[in-house]
Amino acid sequence: MSIKEQVVAIIADQAMVDPSDVKMDHTLADLGIDSLGLVESIFAIEESFDISVPFNANDPSESDFDISSVAAIITAVEKLKQEQSK
Amino acid sequence: MRRVVVTGAGTINPLGEDVTATSAAMREGRCGIGPLEIRDVDRLSIQIGGQIKGYAESDHFNRQQLALYDRFTQFALLSARQAIVQSGLTFSGELADHSGVVLGTSGGGLTTQDENYRAVYEEGKNRVHPFIVPRLMNNAAASHVSIEWNLRGPTFTVATACASSNHAMGQAFNMVRSGMSKVMITGGSEAMLCFGGIKAWEGLRVMSKDACRPFSATRNGMVQGEGAAVYVFEDYEHAKARGAEILCEVAGFAMSSDASDIVTPSKQGAARAIAGAVRDAKLPFDSVGYINAHGTGTAANDKTECAAVADVFGHHADQLMISSTKSMHGHLIGGTGAVELLACIMALRDGVIAPTIGYQEADPECALDVVPNEARDADVDVVLSNAFAFGGLNAVIALRKFS
Repeated sequence: MSIKEQVVAIIADQAMVDPSDVKMDHTLADLGIDSLGLVESIFAIEESFDISVPFNANDPSESDFDISSVAAIITAVEKLKQEQSK
Repeated sequence: MRRVVVTGAGTINPLGEDVTATSAAMREGRCGIGPLEIRDVDRLSIQIGGQIKGYAESDHFNRQQLALYDRFTQFALLSARQAIVQSGLTFSGELADHSGVVLGTSGGGLTTQDENYRAVYEEGKNRVHPFIVPRLMNNAAASHVSIEWNLRGPTFTVATACASSNHAMGQAFNMVRSGMSKVMITGGSEAMLCFGGIKAWEGLRVMSKDACRPFSATRNGMVQGEGAAVYVFEDYEHAKARGAEILCEVAGFAMSSDASDIVTPSKQGAARAIAGAVRDAKLPFDSVGYINAHGTGTAANDKTECAAVADVFGHHADQLMISSTKSMHGHLIGGTGAVELLACIMALRDGVIAPTIGYQEADPECALDVVPNEARDADVDVVLSNAFAFGGLNAVIALRKFS
């Protein structure tokens, strides 16, 4: 599975929808994922990709991890994976 | 209904090893939060806490006692000793049979659990010390206080996460007020600053890596602390008859449940508990001069708490002072309300309002007088202490100057 497919699978699992229903321009809120669901998704991403995601729930907008859409999350994970596998 | 007064107070917390030292630190606005000195701290992403530094358990307890006393029990016993000695009470006969202990804790003997799980899982040991169960159980602190002071009446532990101490003190208050007990020893204790205790909190992503800055626009989360505070709650007539020194009166208590989300706080739930405590005390809302806030320094708590206070007090919300001493001692979880009650007693007795330190920038969603950075002299007659726990459980205590 590609990084994109894995991230979509994690988000779909959290949103309890089929992966085919997750669109790239969806926000997590569009998918019904709340702040707890977000923290769980980030944990699943860290475990799946063996990376550490910089994220503080007190200020998601200032965390160095873009969660504004599904596409943004995929890009952020690809970047972290590349940086942290060095 | 009987009047209930406080006739003793004791504590050990990151700001001091007794009430005098703690009050002095609160007055100075001193920060007790610093780098954690615990095993495996390098594997934690959160490496600060309100830890009691320079504490040596063997200075206070012998080997046999330490086999039974987890750190949270030690803190409770040390605090209870100070409080009961100050009260001048001794317990025997009828008084002993009707006096008890209600203490709050969230993690109980978490350090004992952490150490022993490590021994069996990580180190592969197949044998543990025989007293692990009595050492780790949540009621160990209450039981040991009862044993040490011959308190033979109602004794139990309350565990409601961050509201444990306030719920415990609320029970003690109502037990004395109803005439069920003449004296109750109450408060709370927590010692969660071990690897597992911090790792679990880390997972929630609500912890700050640098400081606890309640109400400041720059706040970025909570910081854990450890310690205890214990009080003697006594029937006023009983205290008067023996000529005891009265620190203040416990005037009211209320609790509520948000019944909504397991971690996200609700303004309505908090407001019902705050208003309930004032009504229970049968005091006018505009008599409240100071509120010791729950004020965790998380984005969610602080704005919700300020909105709840604004709702309850209306225009008077702009007249009262509200500060969070967690900025100095950290969040003592199940022991936090007990330590924070010291700031309330200091406000009533000494006329000094403890500050919210670390305050950098105003947040329009926390637009109340949060007593930023420096303590303030003020004459207040009625104060509240807020506690709002995960699980949506709220408990608020009202104290008034004794006259």
